[in-house]
Amino acid sequence: MVSSSAAAVASDSAAPADNFPHKLEIRNLTIRYGNAVALRGVNLAVREHEIFGIIGPANAGKTSLLKAINRMDVFTSGMKVDGEIRFNGRDTSRLKNIYALRSRIGVVFPLPVGLPMTVYDNVALSPRLRGINNKADLDVIVQRCLTRAALWDEVKDRLQALGSLLSGGQQQRLTIARALSQEPDLLMLDEFSIAVDPVTTMRIEDVLKELRQEVTILLVTNLVQQARRLADRTAFFLNGECVEVGVTEDLFTGEVKDQRTRDYVEGRFG
Amino acid sequence: MGTTTQALRNRATDARMAEDFDRRDPDWYVDKLLAGIVFVCGISAILFVLGIFFFVTKEGIGFVFEKMDFREFFLTPYWSPSDAEDPEYGILALMAGTASVTGLAMLVAVPFSLGAAIFIAEFASGKTREVLKVLVELLAAIPSVVWGFIGLVIMNPLLIKWFDIPVGLCVLNAGIILGLMAAPIMTSIAEDALKAVPDRYREAAEAMGATRWQVIYKVVLPAAKNGLLGGVLLGVGRGFGETMAVLMATGHAVNIPDSIFDSVRALTATIAAELGEAVVGGEHYQVLFTIGIFLFLVTFIINLSADLIVRGIRKG
Repeated sequence: MVSSSAAAVASDSAAPADNFPHKLEIRNLTIRYGNAVALRGVNLAVREHEIFGIIGPANAGKTSLLKAINRMDVFTSGMKVDGEIRFNGRDTSRLKNIYALRSRIGVVFPLPVGLPMTVYDNVALSPRLRGINNKADLDVIVQRCLTRAALWDEVKDRLQALGSLLSGGQQQRLTIARALSQEPDLLMLDEFSIAVDPVTTMRIEDVLKELRQEVTILLVTNLVQQARRLADRTAFFLNGECVEVGVTEDLFTGEVKDQRTRDYVEGRFG
Repeated sequence: MGTTTQALRNRATDARMAEDFDRRDPDWYVDKLLAGIVFVCGISAILFVLGIFFFVTKEGIGFVFEKMDFREFFLTPYWSPSDAEDPEYGILALMAGTASVTGLAMLVAVPFSLGAAIFIAEFASGKTREVLKVLVELLAAIPSVVWGFIGLVIMNPLLIKWFDIPVGLCVLNAGIILGLMAAPIMTSIAEDALKAVPDRYREAAEAMGATRWQVIYKVVLPAAKNGLLGGVLLGVGRGFGETMAVLMATGHAVNIPDSIFDSVRALTATIAAELGEAVVGGEHYQVLFTIGIFLFLVTFIINLSADLIVRGIRKG
């Protein structure tokens, strides 16, 4: 953690000076695992109701960033986070209740995780954790979330089947439905399409486009074209550095500040 | 590349190849020999089980077919085998003794071992976990006669003092001793079951804002429930078959207990205590073996169900 004056300096120099309300502000973020540095002095700000893409090759520090935002660093031994992460204006390192923070941030991991309970219980878990136990309310939530995740039609007749027995693509959509059941402020997807077929990927992408109206989305992807299709703005990460943040289309066709960005999106390395 | 291909072709067309195909070299014999030895070792477990069952049945079966009155045997509590005029062989009280002690032992052991397993698997980290696991395994290896000794020498006077009872060798004493005895092995199995739950389930639940306890309660325990149940059943089997500790801690009095402060006698302890005095081949001797058959069958059923339940998880 940096002192407040250092944070102010960082924000002056690096945080984008735009007038949009920020869902998430990251200042001078450095993440270490023991002696290895995973992320070095990253600054970026995610606006409310945008899809913010993060692209970059392996080891760029993308997943570490998501972990730090969700305060999952607590569970990763040796992971040390310095700098400031502000979620809805609050410094996440000073929250008294990090469970409340996590419950407002939905995370979709690279590999689908259907919890070993029924499809229904998978989606009802988060509402139940929040104290919603009324069957009628849960029914509504489960149906709405599964529908929005483009899974309802496939599972509506087997809600009592084990979630962990669905196919990979279905489990990933179940994971998304579960994240949506949190009614998150921020939805973070970490290379969600790794284990999903192209058709399902396109369906999920359509879902994400619709969700933009309601929720801010942070989309980490190793598919450059996926970022181009979905993201309003995109950051390019390389070897633990945030090389460039810009309007997505600019990274592909407009001016780039750093030639490495253009090289990457055009597939010259990575 | 070309020369390698040539060499391979030469070898393939070598006339000696045909000979090689028909000649058994030492490696072939070693392989066969070891396969045979391992097979005998593996099959011996089955042979021993069958052999024991055969022996116990042979010694007890005469009584079962010739003199046994099933109603008297299972439904009367009168056990006086050494009465020369009219011996009585009712094992109801003995079954009640075994059941009450085993039941109480499970009441002690299940929460205790489950709590220990949750701590070791979910909360303890690194060194603490390793040390605890070694200690739990060490605890599981304490001979039962030592536990019986603790029941006799430590628990007995303590219970007399605390509860103001005349004799401290009773259901409570044996139940606690047996519970502590069964807890380590149950902890070990429960811990394995919890560790078998993949971390990505925990991470997924934690990421959505579940507290640690919610993760354990809502995700980990349900996912591990078959393994946990299997562990409990193995504990029941252990308690059911335990002899020395219950012989020493129950008071060994034939009695259907009214309270946990009553002395009882267990099926196993009866065999251990009386077999030495019974005339080989006599009626009393045969009755004891009949109890042995009964114990064997019940233990077999308990272990088989534990096994089937544990297998259930791997399929699901």
